Amino acid sequence: MYKFLLCWRYLRTRYIALASIISVTLGVATMIVVNSVMAGFSREMQTRIHGILSDVVLESQSMTGFFDPDRHMAMVRDIAGDDIEGMTPTVHVPAMLAFNYTGQRIVRPITLIGIEPATYGNVGDYSQYLQHPENQKNFSFSLRDGGYRTRDPNAKDAPERPQMEDAGWKMRRRRAELDRRWREEDARQAAELAAATAKLESPDGIVASPTEESVADPFKSAGATVEPEAAEFDPAKSTWPGIVLGIGLVNYQRGDGEEHFLCLPGDDVTITVPSASSMDTEIKGTYDFFTVVDLYESKMSEYDSSFCFVPLKNLQELLQMVDKPTGIGYASAIQIKLKPGVNPDVVRDKLRAAFPEFYSVQTWRDKQGPLLAAVQMETAILNVLLFLIIAVAGFGILAIFYMIVVEKTRDIGILKSLGAPGRGIMGIFLTYGLSLGTVGSGAGMVLGLLFALNINEIAGLLAWVTGQEVFDPSIYYFYEIPVDISPFTVSWIVLGAVAIAVMASVLPARRAARLHPVEALRYE
Amino acid sequence: MSNTPSLPTTDSSQRRSPRAPHRVAPSPAPQLPRSGETQLSARQVKKSYRKGQVTIPVLRGVDLEVRRGEFLAIIGQSGSGKSTLLHLLGTLDAPDAGEIHFGGRRIDNLPARDRDALRNRQFGMIFQFYHLLPELTMLENVLAPQMIASGVFQYLRQRKAHVEAATQLLSLVGLEHRLKHKPRELSGGEMQRAAIARALVTGPEVLLADEPTGNLDHQTGREILHLLRTLNRAQHLTICMVTHDLSIAQEADRIVRLAEGQVVEA
Repeated sequence: MYKFLLCWRYLRTRYIALASIISVTLGVATMIVVNSVMAGFSREMQTRIHGILSDVVLESQSMTGFFDPDRHMAMVRDIAGDDIEGMTPTVHVPAMLAFNYTGQRIVRPITLIGIEPATYGNVGDYSQYLQHPENQKNFSFSLRDGGYRTRDPNAKDAPERPQMEDAGWKMRRRRAELDRRWREEDARQAAELAAATAKLESPDGIVASPTEESVADPFKSAGATVEPEAAEFDPAKSTWPGIVLGIGLVNYQRGDGEEHFLCLPGDDVTITVPSASSMDTEIKGTYDFFTVVDLYESKMSEYDSSFCFVPLKNLQELLQMVDKPTGIGYASAIQIKLKPGVNPDVVRDKLRAAFPEFYSVQTWRDKQGPLLAAVQMETAILNVLLFLIIAVAGFGILAIFYMIVVEKTRDIGILKSLGAPGRGIMGIFLTYGLSLGTVGSGAGMVLGLLFALNINEIAGLLAWVTGQEVFDPSIYYFYEIPVDISPFTVSWIVLGAVAIAVMASVLPARRAARLHPVEALRYE
Repeated sequence: MSNTPSLPTTDSSQRRSPRAPHRVAPSPAPQLPRSGETQLSARQVKKSYRKGQVTIPVLRGVDLEVRRGEFLAIIGQSGSGKSTLLHLLGTLDAPDAGEIHFGGRRIDNLPARDRDALRNRQFGMIFQFYHLLPELTMLENVLAPQMIASGVFQYLRQRKAHVEAATQLLSLVGLEHRLKHKPRELSGGEMQRAAIARALVTGPEVLLADEPTGNLDHQTGREILHLLRTLNRAQHLTICMVTHDLSIAQEADRIVRLAEGQVVEA
């Protein structure tokens, strides 16, 4: 009883010891905040990556891919059919994206992915990242009339996208009308120029009047500048095959708080792919036109600034990945979605054993292994560093406890003269260390949790006070600082800090217990 | 209440035996003290201290007998080893050679746990500088030996009885109005009274007093001495007091002089 009573009195009268545990409090709070943010970051990133990548991917190592994806899927189903929820073939190929923006040709390197619109949505969260609500529900490669989202509804402070308001058919028709007028104007000017030239060149100086034909079809004279396909193609009425562009390829921030786009749904783009069907060593390029039907925004800038999706069939044709007599195509990968609770590693190992080396089988974690490992490594190193802070706090406690034991030497002598055993004296200081550790860690836990739960408000406040954005969403993948508080992590941080405080009090407590009562009583 | 000591500073209505209150737990009926029987003794006790390479002998073979119920004073000059002898008698220190006996049993070689129990239950100790715990109130200081003696739950179960007993002891020494005061709020005489109350709370058989009046003015010292004398007479409490002051020692039944580390009967 005297242990608790004295411990309590020491707690209430020795404020220097309370000061010593402020470092424990801060250490615990920092660790909780850092772990929560890192866990939130990791979780968000994993969710995103997992949403983009399917659980398991069976890929061909060759650029030409493998023949007959349906037969491959049947084989996969034979091997691990019970674990599989959905499958879809895809073709991945590096490509070049080109489009016009205010008269300039813009070219971007991309990863072109051929997908089956009907099944691709089943193996991941692909459709959730599209900008048209209808496409999110039921994706198709056809251009929508309008109604594209003008801001990201998931992010609080997402910038407005006013250009998206008239994206779709509305803008396409307007642009086509504008183009038509331009062409007419061009044709008229060309005709005038031709007439003037003819007049100058004719020896008699008589102006040849334009023929009836050229008036009826002003394009004919300008036909040389128009590509043959485009001549028969009316952009106001029809589109090329659809393409979904990664949003990072076409968006930019102008600093006015709004997000602007170089290319919108409704615009046409050119895709150039390396032709890999021949066995030649030389890789040639072939191109085709596509119409942008939606933008893909997964918030993973790595993907958003390189992925473009087109219908599988069109890509197969473009790459000549179709066996002409049978009409059966090639694919470069099969995306496999597993049933909930199935371990992807097990399925991967089964498929690896069944398919020859020519195929690569990877889980989504394998594919993003280095990134996830980097985040994990970062968390681990931060934890080690922060735990060192608490360890430093532990040494502070040790020093202060030593001082308190020295200060209390005579009290220890008195207690011993009253018959208190050594372990009882030790108990006073261990209880003291435990109490300080508990108070420090408890306060740190409360502080850390409050901080973590309100981190975005705090970041906002700091930004307001300092005028400097603390968390710039354009740098990170997220609009808000993600937080994931794990009770397990919080418990081990708190218990670890309490343990350090107790361990730091062991040495002073032992010293107190071993004091000679007579010497202690004589201590001045 | 026939044993009630007459104390100069205490209201007679609250006086009662200081040995009675501590008997909270059932214990065998106390044996009536038989005066003259040796209760505590030192046999050829030697003790020296080392200071670096030099060994300073303090006690060079002390033989001493403290009889049951007597008030013994040990006098000697500073450095004669009086306090060392008292500490050895109270098992706060162990002799280099010789034996300490209590109630016919050798106690200097007992395990630490038994010596702790002995100090807690059988011996009461008071010191020149009172040695009260500054963080605790007077009542808590007096309760401290009981807290040490029992576990948390045992203490809490009997807390009411313990508090009552401690309060009575504090009234006995005239400090009933100082229960909630901290030592720093008390005078030297009051602190020594509280220390006496603390020494008596577990009902010890022997009170070891190390210069109990050494830090007090003459009048207060006399009052403390009177209190000890009363306890000795009324309770048959064996008291072994160390002092350098012959006039104080003369209050005792018997005086033993310590010179050059040996006992010289006065």
